[in-house]
Amino acid sequence: MNWQMHLPALALAVPLLGAFLSLVVGLGGRYLRNAWMVCVSIATTAICIMLLQRVLAGGTMVYVMGAESWNFTLPSGLSWPIRIIIQVDAFSAFMAATSSIAALAGAFFSLRFMDKFTGLEKFSALYFLLVTGMLGMQITGDLFNFFVFLEIASVASFGLIAFWRDRPEAVEASFKYMVVSTVSAMFVLIAVGFLYGRYNAVNIAAVARMLHMGYAEKIALVFLVVSLAMKSGAVPMHMWTPDAYAEAPAGVTCLLVAVSQASLYGLFRVCFTLYGVTAGSVVIPWTIIIMGVLSMFIGVTMAVIQKEMKRLMAYHSVSQIGYILLALGVGLLSLKDPQAMADYGFTAMKGGIFHILNYTMYKGLLFLSAGAVFYSAGTRDLNELGGLARNMPQTTFMFVIAAAAIAGLPPFNGFVSKLLIYQTTFAVYPLLAVAALVTSVLTLASFVKVFQTAFLGPARKTFEKVVEVPASMLLGMAVLTLVIVVLTLFPGWTLSHLVEPAAKALIDQSGYISAVMGGGL
Amino acid sequence: MTGNAPFLVVGVIFLLGLYAILTERNLIKIAIGISLLEASANLLLIVLGYRTGGSVPIFTLAGDVGTMVLPTPQALTLTAIVIGLATSALLLSLVMLLYRHYGTLDVREIRRLRG
Repeated sequence: MNWQMHLPALALAVPLLGAFLSLVVGLGGRYLRNAWMVCVSIATTAICIMLLQRVLAGGTMVYVMGAESWNFTLPSGLSWPIRIIIQVDAFSAFMAATSSIAALAGAFFSLRFMDKFTGLEKFSALYFLLVTGMLGMQITGDLFNFFVFLEIASVASFGLIAFWRDRPEAVEASFKYMVVSTVSAMFVLIAVGFLYGRYNAVNIAAVARMLHMGYAEKIALVFLVVSLAMKSGAVPMHMWTPDAYAEAPAGVTCLLVAVSQASLYGLFRVCFTLYGVTAGSVVIPWTIIIMGVLSMFIGVTMAVIQKEMKRLMAYHSVSQIGYILLALGVGLLSLKDPQAMADYGFTAMKGGIFHILNYTMYKGLLFLSAGAVFYSAGTRDLNELGGLARNMPQTTFMFVIAAAAIAGLPPFNGFVSKLLIYQTTFAVYPLLAVAALVTSVLTLASFVKVFQTAFLGPARKTFEKVVEVPASMLLGMAVLTLVIVVLTLFPGWTLSHLVEPAAKALIDQSGYISAVMGGGL
Repeated sequence: MTGNAPFLVVGVIFLLGLYAILTERNLIKIAIGISLLEASANLLLIVLGYRTGGSVPIFTLAGDVGTMVLPTPQALTLTAIVIGLATSALLLSLVMLLYRHYGTLDVREIRRLRG
């Protein structure tokens, strides 16, 4: 009996315990609360990275809650797949590790960023609930539990977005996000109901094994795709993204970026694993591709005209989500055809999955650096900012790295994943690659604008007394910078050791099913 | 035909909820629309698990019963109701805060964030 067997359950139990105990620990004062937040974040990240290591070495892990086997067998020999299971394959573990690193950075950053405010024990409780919901969505093997974790993550994020509840804008953004996300959660629940009504099971592997296309399945698929795309902030359902990202405290925005990746994970899990080739090779893939192209282009054109730093970056996240949708849509398009999959589909998926990792890191870092500017200078308005590179050299340095990565400048990691996406989308339809390239140029343009107006230029009188942010905030940003630098220096290693197993796991539907069901029902 | 009547009710409630969310301008009415959506999802789950003439799915001292309704959807529904309660409470408290800040419940006047 090896304790590492229980890693999948620990990945949920540790942040959940952290959430509820932080209310108790908070009674002991500020230092105790901060120490608790650091310990729980580090423990969660360590668990997720160990989980990734173990899954990469030993294949898919299946963990059954409170029982020995995934099915419930009656004495008469009838058996039902009704146990609560956690199933971690390489893609799940990859996502969990990526988002737990973002959560760690956000937690470090929030320690000092939030210290002017009260009710911080509630802040850390909600923060860890959000982490629990996010990790739960990524490692569960059960459709209904996916809905439950989706709601845990949503409810926690409503609270965090509206944390500064004396600001009308924050409450307004939270309400907007709440309406959108509750409606989409109900869509998910109804889709789960449809699938349950057809197959008497909510276990993803069991449903995927039995699934054959009919009206009920088509309705469920449409509901799932629409609602999860809405939650991940793709155009045309993107209107909540800029508001929520801009109004949430910066450490939380860094985590929200990772949470939107969890919805994206759900979307791909549904398309590739639950439906697989039965999803068809025209309508659903092209819907995802077109959503991707629209998100890329509309997101970036809206970003260019923004004057508020975090809002500008939030529109960029819409456009970056577009790249990921585009790449994995191309993968879905070639799922049926082994030749196309070998020619361009698999490379596109590697690009998309690598982009998920890159995007979470550099976008988290950008939001944190915007938060640092807000903390020190007291404003996020680009018309008022200027000359901050003199006062905040470290923040400026890290901002430049993140901005170069998001714009896809050659040595940086963003360039690698974008290059893979350009090459493969060109093979499908050249215009897609053109749209992706134009988006990249516009991204560069708008980050040059931010860098030039906020950090360069003459020193301003109003910012004479501005100093660099405290060390713990710099540490939070340094975590993400370090990951970006490592990814930049070793793209080949990352692609072959982390990204490729994840992409393989995503297209290997029968592997996912047999990991749970083994010999069959 | 009568066996399908509950599903029709689910559909009608769902569309009513969606209509309310999309067209109403009062925040409280939007909250009501969301509650209607939740109710229709819960009703759908319950209806899916019902078997005509079925009894309570408890084996202990059940006596002589032929069919039982499915227990899983009921467990799912209970969970969904609890989640719905949390969401509704939070939704209404946000409406309250919005009213305090803006002095109105009209969505056309609560739009400081745009562009």
